[in-house]
Amino acid sequence: MSLDRREFLAKGTMFLLLTGAASRAWAFIEQGRPQDAPDYDLATHWWAMFIDIEKCIGCGRCVDACKVENDVPPEAYYSRTWVERYIIPPIDPADPMAEILPIVDSPNAGRDGFPEVPAVAGAKSFFVPKLCNHCAESPCTQVCPVGATFRGPDGVVLIDKTWCVGCRYCIQACPYGCRFLDPRTNTADKCTLCYHRITRGLTTACCEVCPTQARVLGNLRNPDDPIHQLLKEHNVQVLKPNLATGAKAYYNGLDGAVR
Amino acid sequence: MHTLPGVEGFMYPNEMELQWSILIVIYPYLTGLVAGAFILASLQRVFNVEAVKPTYRLALLTALAFMLIAPLPLQLHLGHPERSLEMFLTPHTTSAMAMFGFVYLWYLLAVLVIEIWLEFRPYIVEQAQTASGALRLFYRALTLGSYNVSPHALEIDDRVGRIITVVGIPSAFLLHGYVGFIFGSIKANPWWSTPLMPVVFLFSAIVSGIAAVLLIYLVYCKLSKIPIDMPCLDSMAKYLYYAFLVDFSLEMLDLIHRIYVSDESFKSLDFMVHTRLYGSQVVGQIVLGTVLPIGLLGLTQLLSLSVQVRQRLYVTAGALTMAGIFLMRWNVVIGGQLFSKSFLGYTTYKMGFATREGLLPALVVLVLPLLVLWVLVRLFPPMEEQRPAPARPGDQA
Amino acid sequence: MPQRFRDAEHLVRLAILFFVGALVFLVVRALWVPADFGELGHFRTGVLQDIRNLPIHYAARASCGQADCHEEEVASLASDTHASVGCESCHGALAAHAADPKLAKAATLEGDELCSRCHASLAARPKDFAQVDIEVHREGSACSECHDSHAPTQ
Repeated sequence: MSLDRREFLAKGTMFLLLTGAASRAWAFIEQGRPQDAPDYDLATHWWAMFIDIEKCIGCGRCVDACKVENDVPPEAYYSRTWVERYIIPPIDPADPMAEILPIVDSPNAGRDGFPEVPAVAGAKSFFVPKLCNHCAESPCTQVCPVGATFRGPDGVVLIDKTWCVGCRYCIQACPYGCRFLDPRTNTADKCTLCYHRITRGLTTACCEVCPTQARVLGNLRNPDDPIHQLLKEHNVQVLKPNLATGAKAYYNGLDGAVR
Repeated sequence: MHTLPGVEGFMYPNEMELQWSILIVIYPYLTGLVAGAFILASLQRVFNVEAVKPTYRLALLTALAFMLIAPLPLQLHLGHPERSLEMFLTPHTTSAMAMFGFVYLWYLLAVLVIEIWLEFRPYIVEQAQTASGALRLFYRALTLGSYNVSPHALEIDDRVGRIITVVGIPSAFLLHGYVGFIFGSIKANPWWSTPLMPVVFLFSAIVSGIAAVLLIYLVYCKLSKIPIDMPCLDSMAKYLYYAFLVDFSLEMLDLIHRIYVSDESFKSLDFMVHTRLYGSQVVGQIVLGTVLPIGLLGLTQLLSLSVQVRQRLYVTAGALTMAGIFLMRWNVVIGGQLFSKSFLGYTTYKMGFATREGLLPALVVLVLPLLVLWVLVRLFPPMEEQRPAPARPGDQA
Repeated sequence: MPQRFRDAEHLVRLAILFFVGALVFLVVRALWVPADFGELGHFRTGVLQDIRNLPIHYAARASCGQADCHEEEVASLASDTHASVGCESCHGALAAHAADPKLAKAATLEGDELCSRCHASLAARPKDFAQVDIEVHREGSACSECHDSHAPTQ
C-alpha cells in the first residue's frame, strides 16, 4: 500500500488534528507532558474504532504496544487485544456439501507476528485484529453485580478495579472473549480504549503503532471525524451482530466466517 | 495450533483458562438442596401431605445447614471476598447475581430462619429454662426475651408459620430459578442460554433436595435408633419419582430442541458432549444419574416389594440421584466453559488440589453442611419421639 | 386485645430485630459506599479520573519532530512509503524520552528481524502490501545495506 506524498500530508494532518485534541492540549503533548492537558469533555465524545481487515498485515505491533502501554501481564491468556489469522479453505467442487471449517490461529495472541504455515490450496486468508468492542448495549456491564464495570457517558466500557469483587460474571457474559481476570489485582480487566490517552488528545497505543492504519480511533459525536466517512464508504460489519450488543468496533472487509 | 496444553483447535486467548471452577458447580448444588428440602417440607405444611410429616423438621434443618454453608464456595471463589458486601450495598439492578443476593437473604431470614424458630419455639423456651451453661445462654438469646408458649401464642405461631410456608414456596422457586437464570440469561454462551434453564435448575433442585432428605432421614433414624416410618419413606420416594420424570422430560426437551434446530453452535457443542463431556454427561448424568434411578424408583412404584428391598432401592436411587444432579451442575458450569465461543476449539479444566479453588476445599465445602446439620439436630431435635412436646392445637402426630 | 398482643409479643420483638438490622445496614451503606457513586451511572464517578491519570508510555508520533529533535528523520519518513508508520512502531515506547531526552534513551532497533516482521511474505497479508521472501530477497545482506529504514524505497 503506497500513498503519494500529498495524499499522506492531507490525511496525516487531518488525522493529527482530529484525534480529539484541542490545540491547547497539543502544546502539552509536544512538550511530552500529555498528563497536564486540560479537562476533557465527556459530553462531546462517543468513542468507536474502525478496523480495516484489508489493511491488517498481522505484524502484531498493536498487541505489543498494548501490553507495554497498559502494563498487562505478558502471558497470551491475559490479552486486552490480539490478532487472529483466518485461513478459509475453498469449497471443493467435488464435494460442495462438505463442511468448511476455518483454520484459525493466534500464536502468543499475535504479539510476535505470525509464522508462515503450510499453504492450503486455494484458501483465502486474512488477519482479524480483535479488542473490546465497547458495546453500546454491553452484556458485560449488564451482569456486573456491584457496578464495577460500566459504560461511561462517552461510550468507553471501563472497570473500577477498586470496586470489582472478582466474581467473573462479566467475563462469562462477553461474547467476544475480550475480558480476563488480572492475576495481580484479582479483578476483571480488559481494553480501556487507552482511556488515559484518548482523553488527553492522543490516540490509542494500538492505533499509534499500527504501520498500515488498519486501526483508526473515531469520535462519533464529532461530525468532522473521519470515521463517518469511513463508515459511509465501506461495507462495515460488527462481530456477532445477531447478539445485538451495539458493538462499536466496525470492521471493513470482515468475512462472514469470522466469529 | 494450541498455545497451551489441553487446548484443541482455536480458542480466543482469554478463553483458554476456565473462570468458574468446581466451587461454582457446588454453589448451585447446595442452593438446590436448600430449595428442594424446603419444598418437601412444605408438602406437609401447605398441601397437607401427612405422610411426610415425620421429615418436616429434619427437612427444614437440612435446608438451613446447606443454606449457611452455600455462601462459602462463593467467598472462596471471589477475587475480593472482603468486598462481597458490595452486592448488597450497591446492587446493580440489571444483574441477576446482584438481585439473587437479596432473594437469598430474604429466603434465609424471612422464610427459613423464622419458620424454624416458630417451629421450635416451645423447645427453645423449655431449654432456656432447663439447660445449663453456654447452651442455656444460647437458648435464652433465641427466645428474644419472650417465654410465652400459651396455647394461644402457639396458635398464632402456627398461623404465622403457615403463612410463611405459603410465601416460602414461591420464594424457594425463586431461589433456585434465579440461579438458573444467572446462567440462562447469558446470550454469549449457547450452552447456557435457554429459557428452560431456570425451570431445569428448579426441578433438578427439587429432585436433589428430596433425595437428600430421604437419605438424611434414613441415616438419622438409623443413628438415633428411631424406627423408620415406611409410609413416609414411600411417600418421599414417590414425590422424588414424579419430580424426576418432570426433570428428565425438561432436559430431554432441551436436548431434542437443540438437535432439531441445529443452530451454529450445535456442531461444536455436540462434539464437546461426545468427547470431553461424555463421561460426566452421557454416562454419569444421564444414564447412571437419571435413567437408572428413575428405573429403580419406577420399580418400587409398580411392583409390590418388601420393606428391606424398597429401602435398599431408595438408598441406591437416592445416592445415584445426588451424584447425578451434581454432575448436571458440573456439565452446565464446566461444560459451558470447555468450548470456544468461536466454535472452533476446546480447552480442558485443570483442577488443583490444595489450591483456593481446588478439589480439597471443594470436598470440605461439600462435607461441612452435614457437620452443621449434625450440630443443628443436637440443638433442635427434629423427631417427636426424642423429646416430650407440649400438645399443640391442630397437631395430629 | 392486650392479651392477644401479649401472645404475639415475640413476633413484635422479632420485627424490631429486623428493623434494627435494616438500620445497621443503612449505616454500613452510608459509611462504605463512596460519596460519588452513582452520579453518572451505576459506578463510582472518581474512577474516570483514576483511569485518566494512568501513566503514558507511548508518545504521539508528532512529538518526535518537535523542538528541533528529529526533524530530519521525520521529514525523511514523510517523504516515502513508511510515512504511515509511527516512530514508536519500530522504536518502542518513548514517552519518557520525549519528556526528557537525556533520561531515557531511544530503544534500539531489532535489525533484520524487525523488517521481516512486517515484510516477510505471508499468504494472509493483503496482496497489495510490499512483502518478499526475505531469505531469497536479501541474498545474504542485511536489510539496512540497501534500505534506509525511514525512506526504504530510496
